[in-house]
Amino acid sequence: MREPFRAPRPREPSWDLAASTQLARSAVAGEVLAEMADDDDRIVVLTADLMYSNRTVDFERRHPQRFLNMGIAEQNMVSVAAGLATFGFIPYAASFASFVGLLAAEQLRTDVAYPGLPVRLLAHHAGVSLGFYGTSHHATEDLAFLRAVADMTVICPCDAASTAWALRATVDLDGPVYFRLGRGREPDVYDQATADLQLGRLASLRDGDDLTIVANGVTVAPALGAADRLAAEHGFEATVVDAHTVRPFDNEGLCDVATRTGRVLVAEEHNVVGGVASACADALVDAGLADVSLKRLGLPPDEYALIGPPSALYKHYGLDVEGINTAAVALMEER
Amino acid sequence: MERDVQRVRDLARRIRVETIRLIGIAKSGHFTSVFSCAEILAALYSSVMRLSDDPTWSERDRLVLSKGHCAVGVYPVLAERGYFPSDWLDHYTRVGSPLGDHPDMRRVPGIDFSSGSLGHGLSVAVGMAIGARLRESHATRVYALLGDQELNEGQIWEAAQAAAHFGLGNLVAIVDRNQMGLDGPTEEIMSVEPIGRRFEAFGWRVEEVEDGHDPVALLRCFGSLPTATSRVPICIVARTVKGKGVKYMELSRTWHLGYLGPEDERATTLEVTQNA
Repeated sequence: MREPFRAPRPREPSWDLAASTQLARSAVAGEVLAEMADDDDRIVVLTADLMYSNRTVDFERRHPQRFLNMGIAEQNMVSVAAGLATFGFIPYAASFASFVGLLAAEQLRTDVAYPGLPVRLLAHHAGVSLGFYGTSHHATEDLAFLRAVADMTVICPCDAASTAWALRATVDLDGPVYFRLGRGREPDVYDQATADLQLGRLASLRDGDDLTIVANGVTVAPALGAADRLAAEHGFEATVVDAHTVRPFDNEGLCDVATRTGRVLVAEEHNVVGGVASACADALVDAGLADVSLKRLGLPPDEYALIGPPSALYKHYGLDVEGINTAAVALMEER
Repeated sequence: MERDVQRVRDLARRIRVETIRLIGIAKSGHFTSVFSCAEILAALYSSVMRLSDDPTWSERDRLVLSKGHCAVGVYPVLAERGYFPSDWLDHYTRVGSPLGDHPDMRRVPGIDFSSGSLGHGLSVAVGMAIGARLRESHATRVYALLGDQELNEGQIWEAAQAAAHFGLGNLVAIVDRNQMGLDGPTEEIMSVEPIGRRFEAFGWRVEEVEDGHDPVALLRCFGSLPTATSRVPICIVARTVKGKGVKYMELSRTWHLGYLGPEDERATTLEVTQNA
């Protein structure tokens, strides 16, 4: 449900606009970590001059002594987090995905994953969710890199509840975790019903025998909407799965639904090369299921995304209800 | 002091001798980058760092080898300390060996951080120094050994500003100022001077050691540092000679990486033994 616009209250710091207008309702990482840290002194949070954008300010207010603002120096932030981890801390380092996942990519590989340290990256505003801020602020290639990094866990929650679940479920996980997060305006999919979520397992949100729609992050809600429309307007029943864990990918689960439905449509906020669709293709080929029809819906491989308001970009690239529905109908009509 | 000085000299000699032997096994390696910091490493391991028989002791001082290519000179010291069996050294760099040209903390007891990508180590050390503070390990110091050409890396200066900002007086950066990069003298490749003034401008306390091969000067410098609870990070600029101890390697443009034939290996081992 969309919140009505509310003007910031007088005297409220303008940089707290997102909070004051309820625009960051799914950006709950700071708040959840603050709760977790109440009885876990291993938790430390770092950010790179973005504590209002990513709401790590909610952690800072409760645990200022365990909050480190590292300034605009993301590579240093990631390596510092690695050093902290060697002292038994579980550092959560937050910045735009374009900077954590791309600018600091080598630090993630060499200083975090290779030593197997429990550093957590809060890579927010992933994909094209920074809209008209442009290509420098888009992250549509991060999964392609991270999927090839040994010992890296990659999770892409789709709403507030699954973000909280993912943070809590991984706190004791060995090795690093990359949380690929949205811009904080994602609608509720799970509400509080995350009991069935399992790390490394596709979450089945809807059952149908005609095709499977694989989504994660910002595409989960529209995938569900598209599936309903597909049933109502075309009589096709779709299974919808939330591929929240991108690495390790649930190869077996994907092959099961793919075998059952014979058609797989992947909708993701990433370049169609190297992301969730590629993970699905790898799984199918490895299992000898290359005859499954696989369609990739995402950012085109050979161009940088247009700029524009994020919701307009999702529409343009077919990552909204209508776009996913159209692609699903086309896939159904292929054979 | 005299005894400590002799221990530094002896350990530095053993580091050089073993470095020649190990690179002989690998048939390629960074002789000269080890030789320039042999006395620094010897001072750290023989008397400066607070270590125990247990390489995982939580209160120990840490050493980040930001110039990770000097690891071949550190492995023999760790083996001597009993952190791993000395026969690991005999298989240095062989397939499956824990010991490679750049060190792996997951496989080598006593290595505090995996390194090799230049420019990262000071940031990692900043994280460790913050970690020690948060853990209230007030006596623990974190040392980072940096190459001089490495100071070209921008991340070094990101770390330098953070160390000063957070008041990390428990952090000691040691610059092995051996004057050379791989392609030649540092000031020809991409200048790094004035090193001391650069660090001072970032808010660090700088100590210059005019002869980084002189155990007395090194021990005096380390011995005079403020306590780890101070609020100002420390940079020791140790003026050294790349390849020190082997005349034909000293400040040579061609010996950053190399290999010695059996005859040369014998002669060079003799030279570093006699010089020490």
